[in-house]
Amino acid sequence: MSRIQNAFKKGKAFIAFITAGDPNLETTEKLVFEMEKSGADIVELGIPFSDPIAEGVVIQEANVRALASGVTVNKIFDMVKRIRAKSQIPLVFLTYINPVLKFGYDAFFKKCKEAGIDGIIIPDLPFEEHAEIPNRHGIDLIPLVAPTSEDRIRKIAAAAEGYLYIVSSLGVTGIRSEIKTDLKSIIDIARETAKVPIAVGFGINTPEQAAQISKIADGIIVGSAIVKIIANVGATPRGCPVGDCDYPVGEYIKKMKEAI
Amino acid sequence: MANGRFGIHGGQYIPETLMNEIQNLEKAYLHYKNDNDFCAELTKLLNCYAGRPSLLYYAEKMSRDLAGAKIYLKREDLNHTGSHKINNVLGQVLLAKKMGKTRVIAETGAGQHGVACATAAALLNMECEIFMGKEDTERQKLNVYRMELLGAKVNVVTSGTQTLKDAVNETMREWVSRVTDTHYALGSVMGPHPFPMMVRDFQSVISREARAQILEKEGKLPAAVVACVGGGSNAIGAFYHFLPDKSVRLVGCEAAGLGVNTEKHAATIAKGSIGIFHGMKSYFCQNSDGQIAPVHSISAGLDYPGIGPEHAYLHDTGRAQYVPVTDEEAVCAFEYLSRMEGIIPAIESAHAISYAIKIAHGLPKEENIIICLSGRGDKDVAAIARYRGVNLHE
Repeated sequence: MSRIQNAFKKGKAFIAFITAGDPNLETTEKLVFEMEKSGADIVELGIPFSDPIAEGVVIQEANVRALASGVTVNKIFDMVKRIRAKSQIPLVFLTYINPVLKFGYDAFFKKCKEAGIDGIIIPDLPFEEHAEIPNRHGIDLIPLVAPTSEDRIRKIAAAAEGYLYIVSSLGVTGIRSEIKTDLKSIIDIARETAKVPIAVGFGINTPEQAAQISKIADGIIVGSAIVKIIANVGATPRGCPVGDCDYPVGEYIKKMKEAI
Repeated sequence: MANGRFGIHGGQYIPETLMNEIQNLEKAYLHYKNDNDFCAELTKLLNCYAGRPSLLYYAEKMSRDLAGAKIYLKREDLNHTGSHKINNVLGQVLLAKKMGKTRVIAETGAGQHGVACATAAALLNMECEIFMGKEDTERQKLNVYRMELLGAKVNVVTSGTQTLKDAVNETMREWVSRVTDTHYALGSVMGPHPFPMMVRDFQSVISREARAQILEKEGKLPAAVVACVGGGSNAIGAFYHFLPDKSVRLVGCEAAGLGVNTEKHAATIAKGSIGIFHGMKSYFCQNSDGQIAPVHSISAGLDYPGIGPEHAYLHDTGRAQYVPVTDEEAVCAFEYLSRMEGIIPAIESAHAISYAIKIAHGLPKEENIIICLSGRGDKDVAAIARYRGVNLHE
């Protein structure tokens, strides 16, 4: 059984997203362990990109901070190796396609395998373009389904690996006070063909939302709310020394995990 | 593999949220482009509103001065709103209306596409919002006011490099947020399929007219067609109907900014490499980690790190040639045409004029060159004055 499959066997999964290198890689590394300790079942690591078109302001700014700290794809791979030496938490990359293309598809996925990455989410690689990467060296390609997917849901769900990522709302990532999409009917259609668990993300930030959505989904994904905590701590005059944001992030994850 | 390939370039690399919409757009476009009523309506708008066909003007004084090939200017600057952008916008806004959309959004660099969009939206009763980088709103203040005058809302983009690339990012984010009633009227031959094909088709009116006009005036095809290239819409429009005429040299002029050996340029073909960005595979200015590079050009309209996928393909096959032209060379050409012919060109188009001057010298007098004069230069006067150290404020 893969690490991702395993993560969904213990009840509803809490999937935490942070941007790698925000505000530096030492912090990211410590945060992964802290989040695991606090109840995160899977961690998504964003590879920072200059132009993240699917992201709202919170994660856009995390990308800017990460790139300013000098993060590169190779440095992220080194960090993943260090994490994997001590932990079996499933690790998923979220990256735009261009840094992967530039690295070389084959080299990138081989390196993922070696370092211990389990899955990958590529927001600008829709179903029709999956052939772009013919050999993924066993790394799960986790596809997205949107509120506008309609007749595309079944074929995307059927081809899903790892888990199916359902986008809760129209628009970019970010904290939303209310999620109005009829998630139930999207999930019902997806379940007809999906062979993998279903997780919902985009906008979720309160324990109430998490509780509500976890009734119908197998997991929930939270990004902007966590990244915002990191940003707020990082905004202190001293910057964010390694370790400073562990505590509030850990406390937040405990609260969210309890709700699902 | 998705549709819309030019060799290896093109494709549809966009978020899932937009996939159904972009497929609907493709279907609607393929239907309406062969619909007689739609074509008649568009032709009427182009001829009776935008002022087509545009002149093919023989620049006699300039030709004499250069003592080489005859220079012809395809006068897209004389179109309503002052550039070639109106050709595409009238097509797209009309199509959006047929699709039942009530709102159009668009990015703009220099403001020419934004103004054209706001104009078409006013005429065709559509709501309109334009996204423009902060740096561009500062260098093109008059165009911001012009768009507002036409009833559009202008959103100032403060993310990233605050120029055209970031305006595209922000317009895509807005489209993902509100896709049902909104059409994204992309301004160039870039982005995901069907935009590169559709915008090319709407702009190809330039070469359809120019080819017939030059045959009528000269009885022969031109030795070369020269156009400036950012995303590349006026260039593909100017090249398209000459593509089968192998004797016609097609030249796209990229913005070399302060020079291709500096960090400050936007010369995608000269210095870029294969990438995927803004929905398409093509050439992009980027670093070794695949981060899109900040680019520079004196011209806001060419200040873009990529190039349309069909141009990338024409470069790969060698059918078209792409050359870098610096800020300084473009400014000199801007001043030259103003004094020589009494025509103030857009600083974008001045890149093409500069290169045409270089090649005209070496050609015999019986030959002719067509330059696509994609826009007029009123919008650039203050910026060129500042470049020359004249303290002029709008």
